[in-house]
Amino acid sequence: MPKIESVDHLTEYRRQIRAQRDPKQQQILVCSGPGCLPLGSTEVAGAFQEQMQEKGLQGKVILKSTGCHGLCAHGVRVLLRPQEIAYQKVTPEDVPEIVETTLIGGKVVERLVYQDPDSGQTAVHKSEIPFYQGQKPLVLRKLDEIDPESLDDYLVVGGYRTLRKVLFKMSPEEVIDAVERSGLRGRGGAGFLTGRKWRLCRQVPGEVKFVICNGDEGDPGAFMDRAVMEGDPHAIIEGMIVGGYAIGAHQGYIYVRHEYPLAVKRLTQAVAQAREFGLLGNNILRSGFDFDIKISQGSGAFVCGEETALIASIEGNIGEPMPRPPYPAQKGLFGMPTVINNVETWANVPEIINMGPEWFAALGTEKSKGTKVFSLVGAVNHTGLVEVPMGTTLRQIIFELGGGIPGGREFKAVQTGGPSGGCIPKQFLDLPVDYDSLQEVGSIMGSGGMIVMDTTSCMVDVARYFISFLFEESCGKCTPCREGLRQLLNILNDITSGEGKEEHITLMEEICTTMASASLCGLGQSAANPVLTTLKYFRAEYEAHIRDKKCPALVCRPLLTYTIDPEACTACLACVRECPVGAISGPKKEAQHIDQDICIKCGRCHDVCQFDAVKVE
Amino acid sequence: MEEVGLLINGIYLKVPQGYTLLQAAQQLGVDIPTLCYHPELPSEGNCRLCVVEIGEYPRTRLVNSCTYPVEPGLNVQTHSEKVLQARRIVLELLLARAPKAKLIQDLAAEMGIHESRFKSEDPYELCVLCGLCVRTCREIVGVSAISMANRTPGKLVTTPFLEPSDACIGCGSCAFVCPTEVIPYIEKDGKRIIWGREFELVRCNVKLEQKLKSISTVKL
Repeated sequence: MPKIESVDHLTEYRRQIRAQRDPKQQQILVCSGPGCLPLGSTEVAGAFQEQMQEKGLQGKVILKSTGCHGLCAHGVRVLLRPQEIAYQKVTPEDVPEIVETTLIGGKVVERLVYQDPDSGQTAVHKSEIPFYQGQKPLVLRKLDEIDPESLDDYLVVGGYRTLRKVLFKMSPEEVIDAVERSGLRGRGGAGFLTGRKWRLCRQVPGEVKFVICNGDEGDPGAFMDRAVMEGDPHAIIEGMIVGGYAIGAHQGYIYVRHEYPLAVKRLTQAVAQAREFGLLGNNILRSGFDFDIKISQGSGAFVCGEETALIASIEGNIGEPMPRPPYPAQKGLFGMPTVINNVETWANVPEIINMGPEWFAALGTEKSKGTKVFSLVGAVNHTGLVEVPMGTTLRQIIFELGGGIPGGREFKAVQTGGPSGGCIPKQFLDLPVDYDSLQEVGSIMGSGGMIVMDTTSCMVDVARYFISFLFEESCGKCTPCREGLRQLLNILNDITSGEGKEEHITLMEEICTTMASASLCGLGQSAANPVLTTLKYFRAEYEAHIRDKKCPALVCRPLLTYTIDPEACTACLACVRECPVGAISGPKKEAQHIDQDICIKCGRCHDVCQFDAVKVE
Repeated sequence: MEEVGLLINGIYLKVPQGYTLLQAAQQLGVDIPTLCYHPELPSEGNCRLCVVEIGEYPRTRLVNSCTYPVEPGLNVQTHSEKVLQARRIVLELLLARAPKAKLIQDLAAEMGIHESRFKSEDPYELCVLCGLCVRTCREIVGVSAISMANRTPGKLVTTPFLEPSDACIGCGSCAFVCPTEVIPYIEKDGKRIIWGREFELVRCNVKLEQKLKSISTVKL
């Protein structure tokens, strides 16, 4: 890679690599995103390599391992360009057939294309798959196109064009103006206006300032930022250089959790490439602007996603939040003015400057502009990453893109915004998803986790699960969060094990109100959401647990009763053999009986019965 | 020094810029309960007992007064219903954590709470994790021999890796500042035992007689 000395040199270099590439050339793009990688995308790519060698296709066909293709439920995904043929659930064994039939024969391997779970209709091309049809990818746009380890790939699709524009044609104030006019709000959860944050930081006097990228994505079931860090690391770097220029910072930090080793590797590599290429370091492209980036690794604490705790962690202190004010924009990393933004926010910046703030502001709703990436998981047919304009309804995301609930079951709730988000019930399915409307129904945008639940989920148990996660992850610095979560968990454990009391509901409400109003940081202030929303929308379930000692969703084991229907029992004794505590007995060749005093409610009799004779309620 | 004018409980007052809301309230003679606050130590806002309500209705919120700086024209309520309810719950939670801690019992009693409705996991626990000891060791003594370890489920004040620490100088400041007297500290036979280490006490050379004399001299 040459060292780029000037703007003209960059333009010339981009022209050169573009000239070497033929857009009509056959490309095999194997997804190596967070979903496909564990399903064996490395092996699939290896099999392609082998086949290409065998059939003498090397040099004619380009093989790339790319970032996430989005539709994780059907991995490993392989995209063939320029035909745009999308294959799914590809194994190394399928590769010879793909090479033979499609690459050489020019025909489609029908068994590997998308099939609708309900209608059975197939779709060969990416653009015909419903999952992709309602999307508007800005941040995820390049993920299935570029090799994340290649700076050339990023340059070919227009990368670092914004940097050039910013450094040579715009003043820092103009950059801030543009970001402010675009209406971009922080994608990490709180939704603060990014441009305003930058302006506040620029206005604080000081020679030394910092920008930070928050890549400490820790919500269970969320992998939006991971996919961007692994799949398009240069977009984050470019965004940060622009941010640094705008506020007057010369050093940036990317804070990534160490549980994302591939993201750490790709970012480290990308920073080194950019430095070697002359896009980071002193006097970038002879503009007179210096900027560099360091990678800092988190050590597994969820709370370090909170900005002040993250700053403490980079400084080498215990990852605990600090009271604000002072805000990081005034006094942040090492006591200096600091702008801290989430991965997705940074990745949005180059495109906003490039396409213009008006273009970005035309997308989305009145107060939430642009698009948002969601990780759609749980009881939904097409789990994966989706990027939709703000204001898309929950119904569209879950049923049109997500393909609805598997097994024909009924939708019950969707939990947005990570563990401290709220559970949104069926009556709000037509809610347009943006920062403000989610808040109105008691949930949050968070960083974009979206967990879909069907009728097999018990909402009391769901609340208990999230509270136990938050209890483990709360830093324990302030009383309401530390002791409040401890007591909420105690109460929820009591309720789900049949020890619930009438007064528990009021007690929980009182704890929740104080946690929300008096906790030190965002984690504590939002930690009560899972309880508050389930109490609000699914109160009857709590009451069933407390008053009737019943779990309507048949999840909370201590509340279940197993009985044998004498009519259906064939006395096969399968359950008798399976029961670990010997609770089932009865006369020979007659219906068996479960002794409730001995039964430990493990459910194995129910699972083993072939005649549906074991009833549970 | 520049002054900032603000409203506390409807009373307008001017205080020096850089004051916290707590300092401003104290100047006015308004009593705000505190637990983790100490005038000689940097405040960290841990206990949340000193919360006050700021802003204009209906857009008000609670902030901890020991760190929140005074702002021109800010409207502060130190004893609104929202504030009192938060303080009551905080105390009830602390009482469940450390039911035998005299200080917590007293603070709770002042708010009319004599018993917690919440489960007490360890009836002998006394530490309320206010962090005064940790801050004293770091800021006043300057050795950072102790710190907080772990997160919520097992959070405690300890030396690194729960082992006797070379950094500890045995000054006992942590035990002295502890509001619930939970830091174990033994002094006998010319020895002081603290944080798993034994320190030889050096006898003071000044004789009692001389001492009394010098004191009386000073007084005269």
